[in-house]
Amino acid sequence: MTSTTEAITGGRLMVELLEEAGVEIVFGYPGGAILPFYDELYHSKKIKHILVRHEQGAIHMAEGYARSTGKLGVCIATSGPGATNLITGLTDAKMDSVPILAITGQVATDAIGTDAFQEADIFGITIPITKYNALIKRADDLARHFEEAIKIAMGGRPGPVLLDFPKDVQLGKTTVRKASSLKIAPHHYERPKVKGDPQEFADALNQAKRPLLYVGGGAINSFASAEIKALAEKANAPVTTTLMGLGAFPGTHPLSVGMLGMHGTAYANKAVLECDYILNLGARFDDRVAKYQDFAPNAVRAHVDIDAAEFNKRINVDHILHGDLKDAIREILPFVKGGDRATWIENIQNLKKNHPLDFDNSGDTIKPQDFLNRVYTKTKGEAIVSTDVGQHQMWAAQYYLFDKPNTWLTSGGLGTMGYGLPAAIGAKFGNPDKTVICVTGDGSFQMCIQELATIAQSKLGVKILLFNNNFLGMVRQWQELFYEERFSESQWTYNPNFVKLAEAYDIPAMRIEKKSDIDKGVEFFLKDSGSALIEVMIPAEEKVFPMIPAGKSQQDLIEFKDLGKLKK
Amino acid sequence: MKHTLSILVNNHPGVMSHVSGLFTRRGYNIDSIAVGVTDNQEVSSMTIVLNGDDFVVGQVKNQLLKLPDVLKVQDMAYASSVQRELVLVSFSINESNRSEALTICNGFDVKILEMTEDSLLIEFSGNSRQVTNIIAVLKPFGIREISRTGQIAIAYRNQNAV
Ligand SMILES: Cc1ncc(C[n+]2csc(CCOP(=O)(O)OP(=O)(O)O)c2C)c(N)n1
Repeated sequence: MTSTTEAITGGRLMVELLEEAGVEIVFGYPGGAILPFYDELYHSKKIKHILVRHEQGAIHMAEGYARSTGKLGVCIATSGPGATNLITGLTDAKMDSVPILAITGQVATDAIGTDAFQEADIFGITIPITKYNALIKRADDLARHFEEAIKIAMGGRPGPVLLDFPKDVQLGKTTVRKASSLKIAPHHYERPKVKGDPQEFADALNQAKRPLLYVGGGAINSFASAEIKALAEKANAPVTTTLMGLGAFPGTHPLSVGMLGMHGTAYANKAVLECDYILNLGARFDDRVAKYQDFAPNAVRAHVDIDAAEFNKRINVDHILHGDLKDAIREILPFVKGGDRATWIENIQNLKKNHPLDFDNSGDTIKPQDFLNRVYTKTKGEAIVSTDVGQHQMWAAQYYLFDKPNTWLTSGGLGTMGYGLPAAIGAKFGNPDKTVICVTGDGSFQMCIQELATIAQSKLGVKILLFNNNFLGMVRQWQELFYEERFSESQWTYNPNFVKLAEAYDIPAMRIEKKSDIDKGVEFFLKDSGSALIEVMIPAEEKVFPMIPAGKSQQDLIEFKDLGKLKK
Repeated sequence: MKHTLSILVNNHPGVMSHVSGLFTRRGYNIDSIAVGVTDNQEVSSMTIVLNGDDFVVGQVKNQLLKLPDVLKVQDMAYASSVQRELVLVSFSINESNRSEALTICNGFDVKILEMTEDSLLIEFSGNSRQVTNIIAVLKPFGIREISRTGQIAIAYRNQNAV
């Protein structure tokens, strides 16, 4: 450890280290065990602190901020109940590889292990849900832990880290401001060299007659969009993305076949069945996408990933490249030849024509798909969209075409209801000039609804698009299709008046119920840069299609037009 | 198939939970685990024996390497490493089988730590198969207590001499 002469408190050092790391905004909630840090934060001119209404809100905001900006997201909580309120967000960030630094207060070191007031073993609790965590026992160790934690959060496959600071460590003095050496091995933070044979990799692609690129969230983390576009265009290969990969390849590109998986497009899922070569770029063969070993049954499979533990984890592959996606594609590109794939592309065009995303838009009710289409048109596809979890999430994924990375914020791996509103808030703080829309459902919205106050307090221009079906819609859909319409506990027999509720937080709000009101609604919703809530009443029976029933594979896809088959 | 992993980790609190937690979380079963510091106070060595095919062990290795406190993971092939386990066994004897018990102890290179009227306390070290054997042989006498350390392992310097 290198030393300077002047001793400062741990709390002061924490603030300075955050400043030095370039952190401009943190989301948090104070409490006894983290007060020394908050006292120092009071003096910081560089760090803006957003006071949330619940710590779950803080971490989802940090996630929304991180995902939409590509920077580190930081959240703060006190010990015990404050810290345990971060659990859902940490798990979410781990599943979706989001770089988060969570800072928690802890009871004083001499009280640890005594069941002291507001003590929780947050270190132990968060072992399985963080990429790295540490309890810092001495102010002298603080600098090293900080540097390590941030490097680990951002490096390799990103993820959440948690540092737990006992109160006396925040109060204690130290002269050690900078780590002289790190304890962790460099491979946890240095960009790995690409391992594997790019030429062999490219050869397999060159030989393919019907190649398909399958792009995941890793593409966003590695900022590899330009490279993916270059690869797709050079190889003349269609591209499908996972839910997490939306935006990594332009959804409006002629080679795009949209999203694959459980609620992916029929043409993407059919392309998977027909392709003779599938190149996985930073996806993880998630079970909502690739149910069985017979995924892409006729294809040679290739996989590029930064995380070696993903290779052959669920699906066996024929070719592997280990490394950062951007670097790897750059190494493959020179060997890629532009084969003649006219037949395959035509085949794909036909699939698109014959199996479009579809819904019944007759009648006077408002269909969420229609509404999302109009929002897409009105925003010219340039908004950042966050969602909660359920039908509305899938409709948004299907009907808002994402052209740019970091514009689609959704809880993919964990499927966390309550994610959408705080994520949108975090994104808006990171992108004040962009339109940020939270698409939510009447169920999910109520899980972190208290963050409306955070919007109001900061006069933040977050737009809330609330689809109200008076149901936990996705649950209802499954009950209708697979549980003989026994709607066990999925119907809301009480919902608040959402318009009045928003207005209570000074957020302009409007409810629409009829198709003829859509234009008025969209106009109201997007008229200026301020916050707004629009409550769109939609039919409870509306379903998400296509759908691959749980446990089934691509062959069993049900399209809107097959609905009859399901209900025999 | 049994695999023996030799793992070097940073020696600080919580590392053991990180490592064992990884096994529980992913549903891998640990047969035995033994830990001790190395000549470097900052580094501990863990020997983990687990049952699984090459695929499972490959996954375990990759997952372990993702833990920042894990410094090195080595899969010990049986033939090219020394594997040892220590066991302490206390078992019953009587007038009529005492000499039989002592003969067994002599034959197996067993150390006798305590002998009373009706019991023997012994120490034995060997590979896990030998340890299991000795326990089986002593079982008919009536075992009172057993304490096994779990296996430790180290690779031979000369990897060609099998
Ligand atoms: C925290 C949490 N609890 C439960 C679930 C299970 N779940 C998934 S979708 C869903 C229904 C969501 O309803 P709503 O938010 O109203 O959206 P809709 O499906 O109606 O669009 C539920 C309960 C979940 N994903 N997250």
